[in-house]
Amino acid sequence: MTKVEQQKQPFNPLLAVLAALAALFFVFPLIGMITGAPWGNVLSVITSKSSLDALQLSLIASLSSTALALLFGFPLAWLLARGQFRGKVLLRGLVTLPMVLPPVVGGIALLLAYGRRGIIGEPMDKAFGISLPFTLAGVIVAESFVAMPFFVITAESGLRSMNRRLEDAARSLGARRLTVFRRVTLPLIWPSLAAGLVLTWARALGEFGATITFAGNLPGKTQTMPLAIYISQSSGKTDEAIALSLILVLVSLVVMIFRRQSSGAGAG
Amino acid sequence: MRENVPPSGRNGSGGVVSRSSRLRGPRRHIRILAATGAAVLGVALAACSSSSSSPAASGASSAGSASAGGSASAAGTIHGTVVVFAATSLTEAFNKIGAQFEAAHPGVTVKFNYNGSSSLATSINQGAPADVFASAAPKNMETVTSAGNASGTPQDFATNTGEIMVEKGNPKNIKTVSDLANPAIKVVVCAPAVPCGAVATAIFKNAGVTVKPVSEEQNVGGVVTKVTLGEADAGIVYVTDVKANEGKATGVAIPADQNDTTEYPIAELKAAPNPSAAAAFISYVLGTQGQQVLASFGFQPPK
Repeated sequence: MTKVEQQKQPFNPLLAVLAALAALFFVFPLIGMITGAPWGNVLSVITSKSSLDALQLSLIASLSSTALALLFGFPLAWLLARGQFRGKVLLRGLVTLPMVLPPVVGGIALLLAYGRRGIIGEPMDKAFGISLPFTLAGVIVAESFVAMPFFVITAESGLRSMNRRLEDAARSLGARRLTVFRRVTLPLIWPSLAAGLVLTWARALGEFGATITFAGNLPGKTQTMPLAIYISQSSGKTDEAIALSLILVLVSLVVMIFRRQSSGAGAG
Repeated sequence: MRENVPPSGRNGSGGVVSRSSRLRGPRRHIRILAATGAAVLGVALAACSSSSSSPAASGASSAGSASAGGSASAAGTIHGTVVVFAATSLTEAFNKIGAQFEAAHPGVTVKFNYNGSSSLATSINQGAPADVFASAAPKNMETVTSAGNASGTPQDFATNTGEIMVEKGNPKNIKTVSDLANPAIKVVVCAPAVPCGAVATAIFKNAGVTVKPVSEEQNVGGVVTKVTLGEADAGIVYVTDVKANEGKATGVAIPADQNDTTEYPIAELKAAPNPSAAAAFISYVLGTQGQQVLASFGFQPPK
């Protein structure tokens, strides 16, 4: 009996120690990066043309693929949440596959589909002269492939968990379908959509494997921040790599904190 | 209507779920946590113990390097695993040399890590536990020696020259280095820090052309893949890569006055966990059998 009461105590030393270890596990790499940063020339590295090119490319590509995720991913999420058709489970599995696939595998698959000799890419190249590899569009395709599932899944779960009787009520009161969507559905699922968009954007910003495999690596054209970091790290320019990493860490940290606050506010 | 929204949100149901699960088993949760924690600690301890054993190993390695010249005589006594970091262009040749070396030394396993020489040099300087480094250029070997991470003097064991690799059958009819300057031709090269990238830069300079590549790959394997998959029209690789990919791609020879040659040095590493096996592997590569294998893959002997 007394044991049961003890278990209700909010403080458990074992849990606290393990939780502290878990927290430190995440904190130390950050501290390592901050203490190891070449603070003397961080500014000159960050403001160099190659870094700014990479940052600009990263922002353009990640924001574009987030927009594409919203445009194409939302209808897909809607279909998965509300559609009734055979093979829905299979479809959901296929859509979420890039989340668990190693991104390099995704890159190879993209080459075989949308590459110059790919099943879609070859006819596209022959008919319109459009070839995606080695282009900014290729970077966006690679990032979308890997990141869009995060939006689809989050949006789908938002659509599933909302109270659909509120839609029925609005409709029975005479609201049109678009009005119901705009005034009832959208406000209800907005926190999920926002969370999904942020996750998608963050995943796209950090994308490496599919990008370098599918779109190649050319400074100023397809070399995003993660690629620039990898190339400088593997060329022995560790200082440059750390300085570039700091930008990504900073941007990502700001967004993740912002996400917590905005989704917290959205949930009430 | 909006005011009705928050209570029906996901927060409420989340609370219910966690409350009901709390009734079930805090102990079970703790047990899982503890098991995971133990596993993590185990991994951490293993990492500690392996790193704490390395000073002893490096001490032994400096002793081993003194006798590296006559290591062939110690061939019978070597055992364990020898880890070789080698340039991507050596993949096929070193795989064969490794198999032969293992056959000649029962009980010894050779493990290869192939990548661009610049990546390998970086990993070695960051403390990767390798025994041998075989670089595709002296420059990347110097990165390691100047950081004091090699033991003894690196020895050249092969040379290699550049060649244009094009799609099978050469559909774009590429004949010269100057053809690569055509903006309609998609050319892939290695990044400048990688030996094959330095070779490409030298070739373009010797030919007096400006080539704008569509991608700079991190090792020669990336160039080969892009060409054999048909994504790129041409790439600058080594003659050995063209030979190794016969049937999948076509080679276009580069005239000697435009071509560039790179020397491959090999060295035992200071932190080598298995210095005696490292020395034996190096003498095997430099010896008759190793040289025969390298020649069969199109490498030329060291100068």
